[in-house]
Amino acid sequence: MSKEWPLWEVFVRAKNGLAHKHVGSVHAADGRMAIEAARDTYTRRMEGISLWVVPSASIVASDPNDAGELFEPAADKVYRHPTFYSIPDHIKNI
Amino acid sequence: MYTTELDDNKKKPATVPSAPEDPVRLAAFEARVAADDFIEPKDWMPEAYRKTLIRQISQHAHSEIVGMLPEGNWITRAPSLRRKAVLLAKVQDEGGHGLYLYAAAETLGTSRDEMIEALHSGRAKYSTIFNYPTLTWADIGAIGWLVDGAAIMNQVPLQRTSYGPYARAMVRICKEESFHQRQGYEIMMTLAAGTAEQKRMAQSALDRWWWPSLMMFGPPDDNSPNSAQSMRWRIKRETNDQIRQKFIDVTVPQAEAIDLQVPDPALKWNETRGSYDFGEIDWEEFYAVVRGEGPLAKERMNARVKAWEEGAWVREAAMAHADKRRVRAAAE
Repeated sequence: MSKEWPLWEVFVRAKNGLAHKHVGSVHAADGRMAIEAARDTYTRRMEGISLWVVPSASIVASDPNDAGELFEPAADKVYRHPTFYSIPDHIKNI
Repeated sequence: MYTTELDDNKKKPATVPSAPEDPVRLAAFEARVAADDFIEPKDWMPEAYRKTLIRQISQHAHSEIVGMLPEGNWITRAPSLRRKAVLLAKVQDEGGHGLYLYAAAETLGTSRDEMIEALHSGRAKYSTIFNYPTLTWADIGAIGWLVDGAAIMNQVPLQRTSYGPYARAMVRICKEESFHQRQGYEIMMTLAAGTAEQKRMAQSALDRWWWPSLMMFGPPDDNSPNSAQSMRWRIKRETNDQIRQKFIDVTVPQAEAIDLQVPDPALKWNETRGSYDFGEIDWEEFYAVVRGEGPLAKERMNARVKAWEEGAWVREAAMAHADKRRVRAAAE
């Protein structure tokens, strides 16, 4: 049995000014074929004007089990948000 | 298009986890799902949840892919260039839907090749509806109107299914499916307003597709062993009978509007329930078709296997070419 074509993650930019957004994945032998497969699979209705394809194996993802420690430091630093500071109502434009 | 969970053995109990799950993790998982949180690929999940999803999503994907066959037959015989272009676009959409779903299933740790092998060897099921023949052009209208209509009914609640990649695939699919149903109804509408012979074609297609469409929602709730678990895990959001009733309630007036008769003498508006009462569904036929005794089961699988085997050299050549270019690029 032949080996399966590698998996590519597909990102579409809907229009200039917006970031590329992950939409799904395709199998393809190489990058060019992945772009063409992504075009046929994910942009049949003018969903985008630009495509990125990235070998799925190249993506390094954080582990959801570590989410606690990884993101916890942000939780106790509420002073990073403007609402942490109380300013009297009569002070304007701040 | 669509599938519901299919099991040829209706007595089989819901999937049993191979090893007992860690009760603390299981409780945390159940709480998340109950709170309508989405589960994502790398999150911990019970084995039975993973297996149920792989089975359901891959069956759904297979249904989309096999669903291309009965309609593909009619592309060259579509009655006008407009109808031909529309049918081509619809069949291409079905292929796309299959691919979104295969990709979603792959995030659960199965591979594309494994799923395709399961389909071709007959271990994996696909929607029974595609084992019925498409005898005339009117069948293409009936499929779009009824089969895709039933699919939409089933898929809309699945946009909130608890597994993130499946839910996201369903959002895309639902957006695209609505054109499928409307083009089908338009075909029926045109035929029903045509010559006496054209109207007979439309009526005959409705006669043949009505009951199989109602069976698409799966066995009745009291005979659907996997339903309770799937509802609790928010893999399913509404029961088979609930969705079936909804489908009947919206579809009957659409048939009446174009003066076609729904082939069910027991069909009657029930004022108290605010719904239509309908006749008995022949579940023996359903299970026979699930077991692969549908009129075209063999032909469908032969077509799939032939396409897969005859395309093997293309897949191999593309991979060999890509490998060669990689080696060459590395040497430069």
